[in-house]
Amino acid sequence: MWSGRQSRLKPVGCVVEELRCRRREREAALRKARREQQLISKRLLRDDVLVEAEGGCVAMILGEAEIQQFLQLAQRGTEEKERERALVSLRRGLQHPETQRTFIWLEGSMRTLVGLLTSNQALLQLEAARCLHELSHSEQSAVAEACLPATSYLLTYLSGHSSDFIELCLYTLGNLIVESEAVRRQLLPQGIVPALAACIQSPHLTVLEALGYALSQLLQAKEAPEMIVPSVLGSTLPQNILRLLQPGPKLNLGVAVEFAWCLHYIICSQVNNALLISHGGLSTLGMLLLDVAGAVQRTEDAGLELLACPVLRCLSNLLTEAAVEVMGGPNQLEDERVVVALFILLQFFLQKQPSLLPEGLWLLNNLTANSPCFCTSLLSMDLIEPLLQLLPVSNVVSVLVLTVLCNVAEKGPAYCQHLWPGPLLPCLMGTLASSDTEVVGQSLELLQLLFLYRPEVSFGPGTPVLRPLVSPWPLAFLSYSHFSGPGKPVWTPGQNFQLLVGKALFEIEVG
Amino acid sequence: MQLPPALHSRLVGAPGAAKPLPVERDPAAGTPPFHFAARRVRFPRDHEFFEDGDVQRHLYLQDVLTQVTGTPERPRVPEFTCQVAGCCQVFDTLESYEHHYHTLHRNVCSFCRRAFPSVHLLDTHILEWHDSLFQILSERQDMYQCLVEGCAEKFKTSKDRKDHLVRRHLYPADFRFDKPKKSRGPATPGATVQVSSEALGDDGEQSGGDAMEVCSEHAAPLPEAVGERWTYSHRIPSTICFGQGVSRGFKSTKKRKEHQ
Repeated sequence: MWSGRQSRLKPVGCVVEELRCRRREREAALRKARREQQLISKRLLRDDVLVEAEGGCVAMILGEAEIQQFLQLAQRGTEEKERERALVSLRRGLQHPETQRTFIWLEGSMRTLVGLLTSNQALLQLEAARCLHELSHSEQSAVAEACLPATSYLLTYLSGHSSDFIELCLYTLGNLIVESEAVRRQLLPQGIVPALAACIQSPHLTVLEALGYALSQLLQAKEAPEMIVPSVLGSTLPQNILRLLQPGPKLNLGVAVEFAWCLHYIICSQVNNALLISHGGLSTLGMLLLDVAGAVQRTEDAGLELLACPVLRCLSNLLTEAAVEVMGGPNQLEDERVVVALFILLQFFLQKQPSLLPEGLWLLNNLTANSPCFCTSLLSMDLIEPLLQLLPVSNVVSVLVLTVLCNVAEKGPAYCQHLWPGPLLPCLMGTLASSDTEVVGQSLELLQLLFLYRPEVSFGPGTPVLRPLVSPWPLAFLSYSHFSGPGKPVWTPGQNFQLLVGKALFEIEVG
Repeated sequence: MQLPPALHSRLVGAPGAAKPLPVERDPAAGTPPFHFAARRVRFPRDHEFFEDGDVQRHLYLQDVLTQVTGTPERPRVPEFTCQVAGCCQVFDTLESYEHHYHTLHRNVCSFCRRAFPSVHLLDTHILEWHDSLFQILSERQDMYQCLVEGCAEKFKTSKDRKDHLVRRHLYPADFRFDKPKKSRGPATPGATVQVSSEALGDDGEQSGGDAMEVCSEHAAPLPEAVGERWTYSHRIPSTICFGQGVSRGFKSTKKRKEHQ
């Protein structure tokens, strides 16, 4: 079924703690980059087999003379093996940024490399492509831009047949795309979108994954919503992407991850989501969500959250489209198994990736907000209590859980009947005492709805009665007042509290 | 997080929706100071809500070593030769053979034995070089199709097409797969020199061949090939890069006779 990805960690002498430390550093760097809108990440396709064969050599710095020597040998050597070896040595050197810089500044070097890339010697062609790939992985924009003369050929080769070569070209293109706008400005008129659209028909999974990567990099560009997404939507790519995301025995995790991210970038660009809906996007994504939840139940595969995240986002954003608003229409998502799948994923996130809980709950909000069906499902499948178990995770999660509960409660007495009495009350007492004003605010909203639709329920001692007050003085500050001590309020019977949240003043009378 | 046990079996059950409970809203709900209204929320791409998920995505992209999985083993096999007539290339892995085959033998023009990187370019070549009807039609209408997939423009001459490729599609002026058809005729000494120097790659130009073609690989040393070339020069256009082409020997000449 799922050809999952196996972890093949190669610590290469590093201790686990060091790895974790490096990962934290990388994470911090990525967060910073994202805030500055400079999020760039590249994929390096360094063939494991090659690395092993070469004895895991460390990249060497090559000087001008050495580079020239290797290039000359590659171009004019008499023996084929010799020419190949020269390029291999060059490639190893190009793993080092210093060598990359020297290479691009050397006159005629790129021209020679492109010549080898387009030569009639198949194995030289492959090695030249590998050299180009190393260059494309550089973090220096100048190096990526120096590869521009090769792009028309890389695109031409995408309609070839050699799957390994195409894969290499795609990863190289993907790396170049993300590095600089200059590259994208050239690739678009050169026909990258039609080339990718033709290539997506390939039966090779490795090619498809590489294609998904390249396309996701293209769609992630800053100028994508105006310059790229429209032409992608105008091609045959959307239908094919949805086809590749169909759940079933042929679904491959690596391929699905890349195309799910492509779809996310397309959808959140808000260009023409109605088109995706008309191609059956909602039902495909819904089915895919079920599939992911099923896989989560069966295996311990840590990579599934990489797919779950973009699928959740796509579904959630698509649900906000007007085309979906038509009740009972063909575009409605009504299968309650989607809610089931979501809860299974929420449990999975809680264990493996708690930072994804807000996104999962966001989808739950979008599912339940305007849907009596899904609200009823939450009640009939006993999902309120599991939801409440998420409250302690964080303030953001609390607010979202309370919002979902409000979605249920606001639909009237028939719904509130199932919410109160029950485990909800003790939880609300806790959230009302939170130091986060948004949590408190959302708790009060929920309380108000509950009191409104269940006025006949009598409260035992210690239960608060909520009364909004109209205050004679302007309420322009946030504060708590009348607490028995510093910190959170303590609900003792016989005492009244005034709670000020935003501009609303409440009196809480504890019976 | 404890999920009700029945949930897991519901996932694999039949699709279905719950019959919704009746909705009955009180207008007092959501009146100030309360303001809750159930609504769907959308987030644009750069919203900070997406920060965590985006960071995880990028860690995945960067983390190649943990992701490169089951790369198909490339076992070394006993050396074998390419089976295509006249090609003596030797291989010891299937991957290198696959690439060789696709580069040199897959999209080969049956008229002139040139090889192309794709079916599209091969078809265009056959049309423009070997189809006499094309020549006739092109005198009256624009027949030279733009090489970029998805572009429907057609041109009167191949030069016009090249200009279009350069200006509109930002292609390099010396794009290797768009050289104009050269006139067929006896080999000139100049052409010979050019061809052999190309084969040697002396002048630093793109090595190995000319005009939308790729030579077949053969390990024959150069002097022999040049001698061979002189023998057949009156039949084979100077534009053909010989260098090593055994496939351009007897067999190909015969075949070309059939097509002429």
